[in-house]
Amino acid sequence: MGGTTELTDVTRDEASLRRFLHGLPGVDAVGIEQRSAGLATRSIKKASKLWAIDTAISMVDLTTLEGADTPGKVRTLCAKARQPEPGIPPVAAVCVYPDMVATAKDALGGAAVNIASVATAFPSGRSSLKVKITDTEYAIAAGATEVDMVIDRGAFLSGRYGQVFDEIRTIKAVCGDVHLKVILETGELATYDNVRRASWLGLLAGGDFIKTSTGKVSPAATLPVTNLMLQAVRDWHEVTGQHRGVKPAGGIRTTKDAIRHLVAVREVAGEAWLTPDLFRFGASSLLNDLLMQRRTQLDGHYSGPDYVSVD
Amino acid sequence: MSDRVTVSKTYKLYLGGAFPRSESGRTYPVTDGKGRFLANAAQASRKDLREAVVAARGAFGKWSGATAYNRGQVLYRVAELLEGRREQFADEVAAGEGVPAKRAQALVDAAVDRWVWYAGWTDKIATVLGAANPVAGPYFSFSVPEPTGVVGVLAPQRSSLLGLVSVLAPVLAVGATAVVVTSQDRPLPAITLSEVLATSDVPGGVVNLLTGHTAELAPWLASHADVNALDLTGAPPELRVDLEKSAAGTVKRVLRVPTTEPDWTDRPDIARLRALVETKTVWHPMGV
Amino acid sequence: MTWEYAPAPESAAIANLKPSYRMFVDGEFVEGAGEPLKSVNPATEEVLAEVSTASAADVDRAVKAARRAHDKTWGRMPGAERAKYIYRIARMVAERARELAVLESLDNGKPIKEARDTDVPTAAAHFFYHAGWADKLDYAGLGPDPRPLGVAGQVIPWNFPLLMASWKIAPALACGNTVVLKPAETTPLTALVLAEIIQQAELPPGVVNIIPGAGDVGAELVNHPGVNKVAFTGSTEVGKVIQSALAGTGKKLTLELGGKAANIVFDDAPLDQAVEGIVNGIFFNQGHVCCAGSRLLLQESIAEEFLAKLHARVSTLRVGDPLDKNTDVGAINSRDQLTKIQDLVASGEQEGAERWSSPCPLPDKGFYFAPTVFANVTQSMRIAREEIFGPVLSVLTFRTPAEALAKANNTPYGLSAGVWTEKGSRILWMADRLRAGVVWANTFNRFDPTAPFGGYQESGFGREGGRAGLEAYLDV
Repeated sequence: MGGTTELTDVTRDEASLRRFLHGLPGVDAVGIEQRSAGLATRSIKKASKLWAIDTAISMVDLTTLEGADTPGKVRTLCAKARQPEPGIPPVAAVCVYPDMVATAKDALGGAAVNIASVATAFPSGRSSLKVKITDTEYAIAAGATEVDMVIDRGAFLSGRYGQVFDEIRTIKAVCGDVHLKVILETGELATYDNVRRASWLGLLAGGDFIKTSTGKVSPAATLPVTNLMLQAVRDWHEVTGQHRGVKPAGGIRTTKDAIRHLVAVREVAGEAWLTPDLFRFGASSLLNDLLMQRRTQLDGHYSGPDYVSVD
Repeated sequence: MSDRVTVSKTYKLYLGGAFPRSESGRTYPVTDGKGRFLANAAQASRKDLREAVVAARGAFGKWSGATAYNRGQVLYRVAELLEGRREQFADEVAAGEGVPAKRAQALVDAAVDRWVWYAGWTDKIATVLGAANPVAGPYFSFSVPEPTGVVGVLAPQRSSLLGLVSVLAPVLAVGATAVVVTSQDRPLPAITLSEVLATSDVPGGVVNLLTGHTAELAPWLASHADVNALDLTGAPPELRVDLEKSAAGTVKRVLRVPTTEPDWTDRPDIARLRALVETKTVWHPMGV
Repeated sequence: MTWEYAPAPESAAIANLKPSYRMFVDGEFVEGAGEPLKSVNPATEEVLAEVSTASAADVDRAVKAARRAHDKTWGRMPGAERAKYIYRIARMVAERARELAVLESLDNGKPIKEARDTDVPTAAAHFFYHAGWADKLDYAGLGPDPRPLGVAGQVIPWNFPLLMASWKIAPALACGNTVVLKPAETTPLTALVLAEIIQQAELPPGVVNIIPGAGDVGAELVNHPGVNKVAFTGSTEVGKVIQSALAGTGKKLTLELGGKAANIVFDDAPLDQAVEGIVNGIFFNQGHVCCAGSRLLLQESIAEEFLAKLHARVSTLRVGDPLDKNTDVGAINSRDQLTKIQDLVASGEQEGAERWSSPCPLPDKGFYFAPTVFANVTQSMRIAREEIFGPVLSVLTFRTPAEALAKANNTPYGLSAGVWTEKGSRILWMADRLRAGVVWANTFNRFDPTAPFGGYQESGFGREGGRAGLEAYLDV
């Protein structure tokens, strides 16, 4: 990898892009899983645990992405996002479908909570570019401050990297200053090598964040995949000096899981990434577990689910 | 039979595929069981031994790297050539060991059969001594026997051909190379064997045969840092402990051999093959 | 934003540390007549416990007890019965895993996470694996009805005290031998807890005897005429002395000695995993590992990039209190060892290698050494040739596979090697030609009771583990 100019060269045409992506170092599956398992053995106690919980709360993209979503459900979600519990600062964002963005904006009032909307024919990404652009414009017009787009996994898996790249580029252009998170749907990419290539593709095309999953495909966020994407943003920073973010989404439900991810952030990417600007959790039930564990830390005894609000 | 005067043979060393005289220029007389002169043999020096180790080391890469199938073919070919020289060997064994012609013939036949037996092991030893290791993790792990390297052999003193073949053939079968100090008093079949080897497809340097005084050569062989294993079958009993001590200087593998020469007509087993290999274990992750 | 991990110490109380430990002979814990030794916690330099040591007479008593046990009970017992005893040991080691792990960490200085996740579980696995062999030796390919050798005298090092004891004891017992084992002078405690387990498992008296002491006790043991088999793990220097001492005795000997392994990284390697493998290869157990990947051979085309990644990764290693669950690199086992490491590092600097040490903070007390990487090392430097047995990596470069191979093999040692490349045929080509008993490809420091382990050349002879490992303890 060279400097930024070389990176401009690699996206010049399909062939250059392919050469670059296929020239990235391979990923040994067993090795990265072992390293992740090693990170997962970190024992985070006392003050460092409380710090991790508070940080994790501030990084949550509180999410509801159901066909059954209603304005009522979204308003409840937004209330929780603004104030997870009395005295606790808001989470990073809410994440909803485009048609719920207006409701969310209304419900959040002026609170310092971002509104993320999934777009580009979420979750499959199977529609025309035109529809995807319209989808994105719709979300932004309704007030989305962040867009979580999905990549065309079909195009990626059949090797049409240029098409995936152009699509991300196009959506990024539509977004302008709106933060773009590029969902790789790692569960469908099947191999770590693919995840690494897709991560670089997302970064090259201008994604502000790379995000693991839609939450609709299993496996979603796993520690090795997050680890690998953290390596990508770390290496990106090494080459370009730019900080890009990572968002694991789907499957992170417990404080323990969240802390393991934070350990990976700290030890793989570095402390600079320990901020909601550069790391998010796409989650719903995680928040309550974080709150419950936070109480346990403060009260000195175990808490229970009845002591946090079910929304 | 006419009264023709025979052309007698000059017995030399076998070193790096060539037949040099000892660099020292020395020879010593070889006699039959009754003390009658048979021939002069070259009396190898420590410098000859040094050259032999260099030759054996040089030949090791190619010989150990040959396919097991190829080594089997090459060794079998040696047996074919031995068969063709049965009578010559029988004469030499009879003269050297002082046994009746019939007994000598039986020993030669056993030696040929022994060579065939070991030739057949080349491509089976890895199956028998190797393993796929069922490790508790996402790895493929396998173990293979590999030749230990250069083997120093003090050949049996009594059994001049069958004994020699029984200690030399396993070295070759596993893919190692040999520096052999032959039976001191009965070296002639060994030299004839070297002529067989030279005309076979065994590459030069794979086998190096030194005739001479065992007690003079053995300490240099045992202490040589580029020798990996040591077979003390033919070692003078009084030197054995010192030779083993010398071998410890570079952690050589010293074969566990009986202190008195065994009956070489006994059915062989694979103990020698086992002793001449190193087990190498290889690991690789399994993942996508 | 900074996030410091709070201390997460495992409780030392779990170790059930006793003020004094006694040797285990003929089924009983007895006072030895040797000068008692004090086992020191290398992390604090405080004395952990006093341990009685064996005198010459004690060694003799232990060997005789082992002989009786071999002749009267263990050697004649059906394999299936022996197996059940060994299975018991395996289970009881697992049951007391946490206690053993903490005790090991205290006595050795190794990080608790390694004692917990590697040493103790692997020790239990070795007993479990070998137990199953006890009644199946006919199938080991060593001929019909293979017989035990008799009394095995075993001497083990301080780097993996419990694990090495299990590597030695398990196959010996499975094959029907009885054992006299001498743990290392600086780390005798877990072996004596293992003795407790052996007692609780009701092995017949004398089947296993454990006699602490220094090198003189080891010498007494291996030279005892009543010993039929000697197994030694330790330095090449001592291995040579033992091999020499045993000359002419007919005792069967296996040696597992030092190493100077090359870890070879090609430009097409999975780089991030290679970095992990290099780090694990040299900093696991503070580098107190005979098969440590102490020489890194880097393909020149990636050397600079790789070194940068390596430094970044090594900087994240947490050095300190071995009992802290987040510690990656613990204490150097003894002051002597620390001095030896310091001397060799000084020689590296003096010979012109470029030293980089992790900026990690080190505790004030105890024996610690910051993870260190030497760049611009050449083959002739001492740090490229001598076993440092500490957290010090020597980095060399190469241009072609043949050059890598030549440099890797250019050592009298031959215990292990590592190869990192995504190209399958290159892995097999290298693995075929590396003169080492263990070749790890795209991984490093993997151990398993089913996989034979042992060296070429001056790294020793004989194997431990797998079917090949049984040969060391059978009269075949």
